[in-house]
Order: sequence, then C-alpha cells, then structure tokens
Amino acid sequence: MEQDINIKITDRDGVTHEVLAPTDMAMNLMEVVRSYELAPEGTIGVCGGMAMCASCQCYVNSNHELPEMQDDEEAMLSEAFYVKDNSRLGCQIQITPEMEGLEVELAPEG
Amino acid sequence: MIKTDILIIGAGPTGLFTVFEAGLLKLKCHLIDALPQAGGQCSEIYPKKPIYDIPAYPEILAGDLTEKLLEQCKQFEPGFTLGERAETIEKQDDGTFVVTTNKGTQHQAPVVAIAGGLGSFEPRKPLIDNISSFEDKGVEYFIKDPEIYRNKRVVIAGGGDSALDWSIFLSDIASEVTLIHRRNEFRGALDSVDKVQELKNSGKINLITPAEVINVIGHTKVEGVVVHQSKNINEESILECDHFVPLFGLSPKLGPIANWGLEIEKNAIVVNNALDYQTNIPGIFAIGDVNTYPGKLKLILCGFHEATLMCQAAYKIINPGKRYVLKYTTVSGIDGFDGTRKEAPKAVVKKIE
Repeated sequence: MEQDINIKITDRDGVTHEVLAPTDMAMNLMEVVRSYELAPEGTIGVCGGMAMCASCQCYVNSNHELPEMQDDEEAMLSEAFYVKDNSRLGCQIQITPEMEGLEVELAPEG
Repeated sequence: MIKTDILIIGAGPTGLFTVFEAGLLKLKCHLIDALPQAGGQCSEIYPKKPIYDIPAYPEILAGDLTEKLLEQCKQFEPGFTLGERAETIEKQDDGTFVVTTNKGTQHQAPVVAIAGGLGSFEPRKPLIDNISSFEDKGVEYFIKDPEIYRNKRVVIAGGGDSALDWSIFLSDIASEVTLIHRRNEFRGALDSVDKVQELKNSGKINLITPAEVINVIGHTKVEGVVVHQSKNINEESILECDHFVPLFGLSPKLGPIANWGLEIEKNAIVVNNALDYQTNIPGIFAIGDVNTYPGKLKLILCGFHEATLMCQAAYKIINPGKRYVLKYTTVSGIDGFDGTRKEAPKAVVKKIE
C-alpha cells in the first residue's frame, strides 16, 4: 500500500528483516517489531509503550531525523543497560512517511 | 497450611476480579503475589496512568482501578500472601494442589488459577561481572529491613523514585549514604527530588553524578565499589562501603511457573481455546495476560471475562453434580462471607389516587 514504508530491523540474533510498516495506524516502532514477531512476546513492549521499561530499546543505524527525545524516554534510557549513543526506545518512534528506509537494531534483553 | 477453594496466583486486576466472581458462587479465594501490594502492574508500574478502556469508566487511574476492585471483592474476604513468589506446585492424592512460595508458605486448593500477568517482578540487576557473588553479602536489590543499614556505609545506585526515597529514608539510619546515578537529572516525585537536594546541601547524602558503579570489591563481603565518573573518562575511584543497593526497577519474568509442566508458548500459558481457560493440567487454569489462545488479546477487560468463565468451571470441579444457574446481581443481590448483604431496594407498591 502506498502509505506503507520500508524499515530494516535487525533482531537480537543478528538477523536483518526488511518489513513494511503502515503510516496510518498510529503505530510505533516497538509495535511494528511485535506485529512481525521479531522478538518473543513478553520480551518487548513489556510496559505497553509508556517509556517505562526499556524492553524496546534499539540502536538507530541510519541518519534519519527522529522525533526529539522527551524527558521520560531520556530518564528511562539513563537507567537501562547496554545503552549506546544511538539508543532510542522503539515505543517513542512513530511510524511516519519520513521514516522510510529507517535501519534499527534491537538492543539485547536487559 | 492455608486452605481455600480457588488459589489465585497474581493479585492484579484479573486475580482481584476473580475473587468477586468466585464469591457469587460461594467459593473462597486466596491470592499469592510476589509484590508487596495488590494490583500487579497497575500498582507497580503505572499507578498514575489513566486507562480508557475499562467498560463504564471513561477514564480511571490504574491505581484507582486497583482500589475499586479491592472494594468490590471485599465482602468475599480474600486472603493474601504478598511479597512471596509461588515456587512449586504438587498434586495431592485427593486431587487438590499444594503451592509453596519461596518463603515456604504452603497453600492448598482444589483449583489453581494462574493470573500472573507477565510473570513475577524481579529486580533488574546491573551488568557487573562479579555482582552475583556478593548477593546477600552486602549487595541487595530490595530493601526489606532498613535496620540492617544502621550505622553502615551504604551506596545506592539508580535514578528513580525508589533510589530517591530510600536515600532519604536511610540518611537517618546509615552512617553514610551515597547516591550514584548516570545523569544529573532524577525521575521521581518533585518533593523527593527536592528533599534529596536539601539533604545533599546539608551533607547528609553524598551525591555522585553523572557516574556509574562498574565493580564491587571485597573478600567475603562488600568492602567497596568502583565508581566511574562519566564526565572524566579516566576517572575511576574506589568508594569504601558496607552495602551496595542497585535500584534499577523491576522486570517481569515468567519464573518458576514455567517449570510446572504447563504448555508454554510465546512466554504465555496455553489454554483450551477460550472454553474455560483450563491448562493442559486439569484443575489449573490460566487467566488474563498470562495465557494464550487463538485470538487472545492482552486487555484487562478480557481478563475479567476469562475470570468469570473460569469460576463457572471451578464451581463444577469443587461441587461435582451440584445444580446451579447463573444469577444476576440485580436480582439476587450479594451475600458477603462477612455477613453483609447488598441488594436492590424494593420497589414501592402504592396506590395513586
């Protein structure tokens, strides 16, 4: 569908998946990962997407301009493990047409 | 031995509503939960978040939902074993089950309902290689008994409410409290942040930010921690202490339930396709977020429905062959186990002249 965008997601086993994500369903990156079951249920999106658990932490490997980090995401990442400079919480990244070609890697479970 | 009709594992919204539905069928319930309070995730993770899809509540805070569920089931006098994790289950010759917690408390019931959500909440442990060898030798992930810190030197790590609140609390008990966090900013209630600021200014809390504990040192017990200060890449220093308490929140794990012989799929317990939510072991049911079946939705309102159907099946197990028809609370009212009765006011029959 024309409103779908292409995203590359590398799972926790290092396998890269090229997936289509809808931009008109108010989905975020964590939900896209769950909809394709790229991480086992119960290991991602544990808090449901409230930036309160860091189970959807990912590393952003492309140069997309992402929505600015809000205080709660920043605070959560400051308590999470395996955090790198390009860490973001998937639940805080909305799927919009600007995200076309986004490349991310799921952080290890922590 | 605690004896009951339905033993519920997990005191979240689904478990609490089970008490009500079971009560209507005159079945008694007892709940076990690893957390020290009822409400599950609603109390532990997001008590201040509004929920918008509870029928008839356009908006309700998760913490308030817990309060309402406790109030709704109160007259059915549920028992609670809180702060203990259900560890083992054993089937008895008479068909009942005995469930034992990690603290050795034993519970016996003919029906077990697992309403365990995402599992029991376990502390998130920092990635320090040798930390496990110091557990209970100066490293604690929960503060259970503040008295053990009296006149001791304590290092707390973390940036959330529990790190702030315990730093404040222990500043009156411990001889020295150091709070270490990766950032200068803390996430917590405003008055907790202000209070820590005040205690830091008066020298009662030693604050090290932005910094991280990267190692624990000691022979047979904790003697100090190695602190890495982020603003200065090469700055590592040893901080002498008696206790190191990392408070990085809790994360749910299915835990010992995974070893009970139940069929597990996608970190959830497989049930018999929405008939009565019985598992592969007769007498053990799984309801709410902890189960899975085709079409499953992890919603609180679905947990309520599952609890209701499960109670009907539990009734048949506990009262084999005994007649029963579904009654409406509008018609029959509610007779509590505590002797209370709630009922609709009688209509007035009076002539109009």
